[in-house]
Amino acid sequence: MSDTAAGLLQVGLLLACLAAVYRPFGGYLARVYTSDNDLRIERATYKLLGVDSKADQTWAVYARSLIAFSALSVVLLYLLQRLQHWLPLSLGLPNVESGLAFNTAASFVSNTNWQSYVPEAVMGHLVQFAGLAVQNFLSAAVGIVVAIALLRGFSRSTTDRLGNFWVDLTRTVLRVLLPIAVLGTVALVAMGVVQNFSGGHEVTSVVGQTQTLPGGAVASQEVIKELGTNGGGYYNANSAHPFENPNPLSNLFEIFLLLVIPVCLTRTFGLMVKDRRQGYAILGVMATIWSAFVVLATLFEVQGAGSATQAAGAALEGKETRFGEWASALFAVSTTGTSTGAVNSMHDSFTPLGGGTALFHMMLGEVTPGGTGTGLYGMLILAVLAVFVAGLMVGRTPEYLKKKITAREMKLVSLYILTTPTLVLVGSSIAMGLATARASILNTDSPHGFSEVLYAFTSAGNNNGSAFAGISANTPFYNTALGLVMLLGRFVPIVFALALAGSLARQHPVPVTQGTLPTHKALFVTMLVGVVLIVTGLTYFPALTLGPLAEGL
Amino acid sequence: MTTFKPKTLLTSLPDALRKLDPRVMWKNPVMFVVEVGAAGSTILAFTDSSTFVWWIVVWLWLTVIFANLAEAVAEGRGKAQAETLRRAKTETTARRLTASGDEEEVPATQLRLGDLVIVEAGQIIPGDGDVVEGVASVDESAITGESAPVIRESGGDRSAVTGGTKVLSDRIVVKIATKPGESFIDRMIALVEGASRQKTPNEIALNILLASLTIVFLIATATLPTFAAYAHTSLSLVILVALLVCLIPTTIGALLSAIGIAGMDRLVQRNVLAMSGRAVEAAGDVNTLLLDKTGTITLGNRQASEFIPVQGVSDTELADAAQLSSLADETPEGRSIVVLAKTGYGLRERHTGELPHATFVEFTAQTRMSGVDVDNRQVRKGAAGAVNAWIREHGGTTDARLGEIVDGISASGGTPLVVAESIDGTARALGVIHLKDVVKAGMRERFDQMRAMGIRTVMITGDNALTAKAIAEEAGVDDFLAEATPEDKMALIKQEQEGGRLVAMTGDGTNDAPALAQADVGVAMNSGTSAAKEAGNMVDLDSNPTKLIEIVEIGKQLLITRGSLTTFSIANDVAKYFAILPALFAAAYPGLDKLNIMGLHSPESAIVSAIVFNALVIVALVPLALRGVRYKPSSASAMLRRNLLVYGVGGLITPFVGIKLLDLVISLIPGLR
Repeated sequence: MSDTAAGLLQVGLLLACLAAVYRPFGGYLARVYTSDNDLRIERATYKLLGVDSKADQTWAVYARSLIAFSALSVVLLYLLQRLQHWLPLSLGLPNVESGLAFNTAASFVSNTNWQSYVPEAVMGHLVQFAGLAVQNFLSAAVGIVVAIALLRGFSRSTTDRLGNFWVDLTRTVLRVLLPIAVLGTVALVAMGVVQNFSGGHEVTSVVGQTQTLPGGAVASQEVIKELGTNGGGYYNANSAHPFENPNPLSNLFEIFLLLVIPVCLTRTFGLMVKDRRQGYAILGVMATIWSAFVVLATLFEVQGAGSATQAAGAALEGKETRFGEWASALFAVSTTGTSTGAVNSMHDSFTPLGGGTALFHMMLGEVTPGGTGTGLYGMLILAVLAVFVAGLMVGRTPEYLKKKITAREMKLVSLYILTTPTLVLVGSSIAMGLATARASILNTDSPHGFSEVLYAFTSAGNNNGSAFAGISANTPFYNTALGLVMLLGRFVPIVFALALAGSLARQHPVPVTQGTLPTHKALFVTMLVGVVLIVTGLTYFPALTLGPLAEGL
Repeated sequence: MTTFKPKTLLTSLPDALRKLDPRVMWKNPVMFVVEVGAAGSTILAFTDSSTFVWWIVVWLWLTVIFANLAEAVAEGRGKAQAETLRRAKTETTARRLTASGDEEEVPATQLRLGDLVIVEAGQIIPGDGDVVEGVASVDESAITGESAPVIRESGGDRSAVTGGTKVLSDRIVVKIATKPGESFIDRMIALVEGASRQKTPNEIALNILLASLTIVFLIATATLPTFAAYAHTSLSLVILVALLVCLIPTTIGALLSAIGIAGMDRLVQRNVLAMSGRAVEAAGDVNTLLLDKTGTITLGNRQASEFIPVQGVSDTELADAAQLSSLADETPEGRSIVVLAKTGYGLRERHTGELPHATFVEFTAQTRMSGVDVDNRQVRKGAAGAVNAWIREHGGTTDARLGEIVDGISASGGTPLVVAESIDGTARALGVIHLKDVVKAGMRERFDQMRAMGIRTVMITGDNALTAKAIAEEAGVDDFLAEATPEDKMALIKQEQEGGRLVAMTGDGTNDAPALAQADVGVAMNSGTSAAKEAGNMVDLDSNPTKLIEIVEIGKQLLITRGSLTTFSIANDVAKYFAILPALFAAAYPGLDKLNIMGLHSPESAIVSAIVFNALVIVALVPLALRGVRYKPSSASAMLRRNLLVYGVGGLITPFVGIKLLDLVISLIPGLR
């Protein structure tokens, strides 16, 4: 089979699988968050936590609970790393240095999973499964519950209550993430991913050196790494490592896992606002941009611009031959569009424009289809912005899903949209201005070096976690700066999104008439695509010019 | 009046320059950033002088001035109006009645709430109030521009008088209803001058969006020097300011307040005074229009539409009798019968003098009939019950067929008038005149447009349900409220608002006041009571209830203009990037010259062209901002498609063309080559 045929077959299969689960899984998610019944294990959890599961929270209490929970998570994960040497299952590894421990704690709690270390050489089994894997579940759940709270803001009216954070979080973990993770683990093991507590295998490499490959609970961590759009690999090579992702089938399954929740949440959205067409419209926007980026990235990689790649015949540097250009581009676009950050190839080695595509995809704010929950609420906030301008153009003060978009809503939307570009650009600017930070750049004096820095801050600010690996990020500056950017890039927008939910929930619903802007039609989908590309894209255009465009044109 | 004269740009220039005061500019964050940038660049231009830098500096200042000019031109139109009003507000003395009943002369400014003043023919009414005694004709041209005098009388719904208007005849006693300085004319002056102008809720929301876009681009620009330094390119502050000003939404930022002022002004042109901009915005959002039947939907009087004879009577016979009975009937109904007899049956109009022996019987509330006695013949027309009784009294009989015709007309919403005659003491019914409400021409089309815009129309009438239904169907309104009392009206408004709908209505009576206050858009007729005018948030000086429809359209047009120019402004940025970024960085990375898709002549001419385009587009759009974008009632989808195409796609393409053309000219200037 030719590369093109195989590539098209993979994309087709992926889309078919997503289409098959779209309605049942989206519907299941909606039931999870609208049901009044608690499972026995949930009741036990609430008792243990001292939570009244029937208590509905205001947005402020919801946000406080979320922030307190996440702050505690950062502290615990930090301590676990700092004390690992004295704890069991450390594989004899030393305690993690403080800057790195902070960076890693911020990274996993913010669902970024930026790793400025070689996991198998730094983290023992205990940190991996009791710390990092636990956060893979919890941070993903935190993203989902924010989206659910925002959906309640749209669907509820004249109330200041948005649901209960602890109930939403518990249900997400117990009813959604854990069951799929168990099934997914079995599937991945069947496909050849390792799952053991082994200390390591001695192997002899092709050039004759011996090398130790540690084993571990890889499959179970791999599945939640993708499902929760986390991206933190068990191995440094991430999903390019044969123990994590052995073959094209496991590769496709992993792409499916990282897309499934963000994609199906649009169905949940349609059901919860009682207008399925709205869900299709949002999915349409996500799918349009995702498809365009897949086409672009594949095109750039297959064409393989650059004299070195043309001499080699294909742009395969940094790519696994068992996946090739098509599956690598597909994975790269999906991972940057979902805030996952897992990689099955090294984005640093992509062609300049191919890598630029991945970079630009993150800059759109991780909304196509975005991280678990984050994608949906990010896109809905951009939809509010689009509605504001489009609504005016039809001669009414704007409204979306029967809620008026007033000055208060616009203030929160504006603050939300301001946060990430500010973090990314100011962070990059400081890094480029400091000689010590510039020293981390591997490809000095080439636009690619700037791309590496820009990519790092874009990845951290948007909670993606993938990297242009040429940069040496395990330095005090980058560990601290990126750690802060990750935390701020995650939790500041969350607070604005929850405040917006609270503001919307308080309103009276506005009746829909002929004069109401229809937000489920192709015209609005087109406009929202334009807003995503222009409003978020324009911000980064000057920076992109000096990075990937300078290198690739 | 609504056309824009380029000359006003010049006459408004002094005002525009006065607005450069940073304390004034501060209120417009987008343009304030431009002003700060222009000031900073000016200082730098003295140390690092070149043709290029000076061009940028000059055009930055022009950008700010053009923005102020837009606002000044919009305000200037209101100022002229205010001058006329001020002239009406000349110092007057009032003849105040004291508690003992004596008269005293006091300046009008000293009048207090509740004071009674006497105004006689030729005198100016000293303050707003209600006539409590007497009746007078009043010249209100000072505020309405309408020269025909109006009648103002105590009691009823025509009791309100406005300070500054002139009594032409008779003597009235007016009870003052407003405090000095808060009179109607004071508020009008403040409104048209824009002195009391406050930002409307949607304008505030849009300003927040514009401010945040400004901050984003400020960050994008401010972080650029460190990125550029890595590429061994140093960016001067002047260039960064030029880039920033091109990117921030200056077009809409410059025109936003002009759009708001012009929107209010368009209402004033139509003789409507909005007491707040908020009400104008709300008008665009109205979901339900409550329209009084009489005067708004129908012409106000019933008219004869056909003559239906009973068996054995010819059409002409009936028409003749109907005409005869109505000759002396001067009511609009009576005139319409004579007109129908002439137009429909070719009967020449007779004059009362042609019938020497005729005695005309006038309509009274007791007999409920009118008619004429000629020799031995008596003709009567009137309500079915009254005429039937008359026939029986005069030895005649009424057959069931007549009852059927009468019921048929009633069922269709019309009013039946039975015509009978009595010759030599024997009476018989001749037939029935069908009187019906006449719906104004073009109403159905307007209501269809309203429906397309998603606005529900409800007709309010005191008629019974049957009559109301028939007229509602003929006019094409969506719903009606029959036998409506003010309480019913109020209940309907509250019920609509409960469902989240915005309601607009008109009213003039004191009993309308609560409903006017409750409605989101309450338009009081200027002819109404001061209680009604106080309660509503708009006053129609022409007292034309149909104007509500135009008010809604003006509200919508205001919002559409804002949205369209915002879209245009943001879409413009794409082309400006393609002009400026290759100009800045193609020297460091030659590949970036591929981004220069416009093929601009040189980096200097590219940057200057972009900044000149950015400034000129403001001036070019001033007429559009003042006039409002073209508005045609249609569905939301159709409107979005059109405006997105014109202002979105147009906004993407226009600057590519504009900047290229400017570059062709600017590249000829020495020093910018």
